[in-house]
Amino acid sequence: MSENFDVPKALSGTGGWLDDRFHGARGFRVLMRKVFPDHWSFMLGEIALWSFVILLLTGTFLSLFFVPSTTDVIYHGSYVKLNGLPVSEAYKSTLNISFDVRGGLLMRQIHHWAADLFMAALTIHMLRVFFTGAYRKPREVNWLIGILLFSLGLIEGLFGYSLPDDQLSGAGLRIFEGVLQGIPVVGTYLAYFLFGGGFPGHLIVPRMYIIHVLLIPGILLALITAHLFIMFHQKHTQMPAKGNTERNVTGQPFFPYFLAKGGAWFFFIFAALALLATFATINPIWLYGPYNPVQISSASQPDWYMGILEGSLRMMPAWEINFLGHTLSLSVLIPFALPLTIVLGGAALWPFFEQWATGDKSYHHTNDRPRNAPVRTSIGMAAVVFYGVLWAEGANDVLADFLQIPLYTITWISRVLIFVGPLLAYVITRRICLGLQRKDKETLLHGYESGIIRQLPNGEFIEVHKPVNEEARAVLEAKKVPALLPAPGSEDANGVPAPTSRGALGKFRAAANRAFAETIVVEADGHGNGHGNGHEPAVAGAAVAGEEHDAVGAPSSAALPPGETPSGEGEDS
Amino acid sequence: MSDMEETEGAEGPVARHRVIGTPPPSPRLLGPTAVAEDREAAIVSDEKGFEEHIQGLPPDDPRVIVHASRVEKIVAACFILAFIAGCGFIAAYVGLGVHSVNKTLRSNLALGFSLSVTLAALGLGALLWVRHLMPDVEVVEERHELRSDEKDRKAFGSYFKEGTANSQFVKRPLLRRTLMLGTLPLIAAPVVLLRDLGPQPGTSLRHTVWSPGRRLLVAGTNQPLTPAQFSAPGSMITIVPDGYSDNLDELTKATVILIKFRPGELDIPTTTNGGTLVGTMNWTVDNIVAYSKICTHVGCPVALYEQTTHHILCPCHQSTFDATKGAEVIFGPAARPLPQLPLTVDSSGYLVAKSDFTQPVGPSFWERG
Repeated sequence: MSENFDVPKALSGTGGWLDDRFHGARGFRVLMRKVFPDHWSFMLGEIALWSFVILLLTGTFLSLFFVPSTTDVIYHGSYVKLNGLPVSEAYKSTLNISFDVRGGLLMRQIHHWAADLFMAALTIHMLRVFFTGAYRKPREVNWLIGILLFSLGLIEGLFGYSLPDDQLSGAGLRIFEGVLQGIPVVGTYLAYFLFGGGFPGHLIVPRMYIIHVLLIPGILLALITAHLFIMFHQKHTQMPAKGNTERNVTGQPFFPYFLAKGGAWFFFIFAALALLATFATINPIWLYGPYNPVQISSASQPDWYMGILEGSLRMMPAWEINFLGHTLSLSVLIPFALPLTIVLGGAALWPFFEQWATGDKSYHHTNDRPRNAPVRTSIGMAAVVFYGVLWAEGANDVLADFLQIPLYTITWISRVLIFVGPLLAYVITRRICLGLQRKDKETLLHGYESGIIRQLPNGEFIEVHKPVNEEARAVLEAKKVPALLPAPGSEDANGVPAPTSRGALGKFRAAANRAFAETIVVEADGHGNGHGNGHEPAVAGAAVAGEEHDAVGAPSSAALPPGETPSGEGEDS
Repeated sequence: MSDMEETEGAEGPVARHRVIGTPPPSPRLLGPTAVAEDREAAIVSDEKGFEEHIQGLPPDDPRVIVHASRVEKIVAACFILAFIAGCGFIAAYVGLGVHSVNKTLRSNLALGFSLSVTLAALGLGALLWVRHLMPDVEVVEERHELRSDEKDRKAFGSYFKEGTANSQFVKRPLLRRTLMLGTLPLIAAPVVLLRDLGPQPGTSLRHTVWSPGRRLLVAGTNQPLTPAQFSAPGSMITIVPDGYSDNLDELTKATVILIKFRPGELDIPTTTNGGTLVGTMNWTVDNIVAYSKICTHVGCPVALYEQTTHHILCPCHQSTFDATKGAEVIFGPAARPLPQLPLTVDSSGYLVAKSDFTQPVGPSFWERG
């Protein structure tokens, strides 16, 4: 197989011809042996990638039939219930795609499902990257590109589902326009320039169309390419495991393993989307009817990724002020700008904040287990709850109907939860993280409960604890805790206060630093085995004690590059 | 490790059937331990997945060969299924027409299902192939230093300095500044070019097409209305201005809801805004009141009306207005009441507007004041 250096004739012929001209063999040699670490969570970003590919494929098909125009026409077509109704060209051509083009409905529905999946996969992929700390140096730029991709995806989706000019999306577009008008100073002009005058006008559909099919997809494609190239160049992160260090990357080579797995994954995702498109109707615009700005249907919901904006608009109490003779519509402005700024802006700043607070400027190629970074994990969960409350409030009418709770009550609950929820999430998550660290410590020091009950000669029953194997130990020991910066007020030998402790910012940094450095220290807690009942079994106890010396006395520092903090040296707070 | 497992051979089953809460068996990584354990397990149990008990066996082991030939057949079956389903897809395209709801439904089912089967079968085949037939290769690659070494950094710095010096960009401020000056308009040009995207708003958001004497038409039928025709208390209808009943741009601002009340229910306080009258009982006719249908929050149509409470509700963000009290806001994000349209009747007895709205309708905007 690989030992055989005779390559097939086709390869040596064509390949040789190409290599003579492009020097390709060298590059492809590297590519073929490129290592891709294996972990289920590394497939999440791939879902987004493959959804994007499917979006391009189906979108190209749709663009062959769609007419981006709001010229009024009278509909006469296969959907007879709408016959004779004045509709726009855009709406009519979407009906034609659905009912008069073979496979058109399927492609439309795959396209729409793929868009929802794309945003969902992006979200979950970002959560994975956040919770495992994979955004840390040197990957901050890729993290920022990801946030940009997510933001562009929002607009791309909004413009995409608004194109058919149906009643539901039209209402969404009206909200978008109303929100634009609410922007101080330039809002009215923005709205008039984008829509070519007052709402709805006749220009918005062709304008959204070109933005949706060319401008944003072009930028997305460029950013995704950059994202992949950076990932490729920097090499993927890996999960902590035996043999994995900061200096290596362990996994299967691109050719043929990753190629085959990635291809299979593409087919599975495509198959899942095709199945959804076959059996689960999405965006049945023929039921919504053509857009009329003075009609609306109740329980209008945007696509899921817009739910957070919809929810924040619903949650906001009325608040409008007159600012120097101008109207400042805070009940529009705040819900429009604040939540996304907090979530996306916060996410963008986080890697740099973490570096600043921990003083950690080193490279990180091995991911953290979320429990080992309690502050990060808790902040992440707080953000998830914050997002979740806004998102759920976006469907408050549906929730009210489903739960039989008055609508206003739901809104009031969400108004409280938006503040309380993230705080609770932070506190609870932090406790859970520390609890899990304690459990890890127990497992490291005393092994795991084997489930074997032994009777001792004196009649006592004990459960045998077994030491964990090397693989599990490598995972448990892969905890790195940021070093503690000088405490506020502390001075060095010359009586100069540490820079970190100066001013309010310095105090804040020191406080953040202490929070980041909080950890459960793993150290042998004496041979008295002070925990538990004090009657530690001799057999298991001896074995465990022996393991302790192996494990804790000599942490596998060989696996750590010089300068890295071995596990268990962090300060306890 | 494996020694320990073997000395406790009597507890063999325990090793295989994990107790909840115990660490999982070794992940299959490099380690010879994993291989040893798996080989052991392979003999004892056949219930485990392939990877767990064939992995690590030499490729010429009979069990591996038997397994491989079985998997090969399954994979081939997957690919054949993909071929058949793919042919089915093409057949469905050729054979099943559309042009009606029922036919489209049938076509969508056939096309979608065959496409799904094709794709899923290809995916499954590829996955089984890579997981069961390809040897489990694990490669460890060294990470290279991302940071360039000092020599390169220094060379870059000196080349840059040298190039800058040769270009004399720093030395000749006149050239530098005139170059920047020269490109400045070019940078502004794209922004300037966007100016004609739309007209300036001007006062267009302040006015609607309602004017003194313009008749109210019932949306849908486009017929004028007398107070007597709209005599059932509690009902709400949508009204469009005469002459603009299908002009969406104007309707977006001018559409009105008309509500009839029982005598005494309606109690609109006389309100003014900066000296302008914005709400009064005098603008109603025979307990009929007209409000703008465009929500003052972000412009959705306020289409829901609850007869018993006289609440007007916007379905988009649940701004709620009290219809009896000049549509004042009682819940939700809308900050202002729905503007009231002054009503009267013309000489023929039809409901007409007394004037345009006295304040801008719809969402707030900066210049609204």
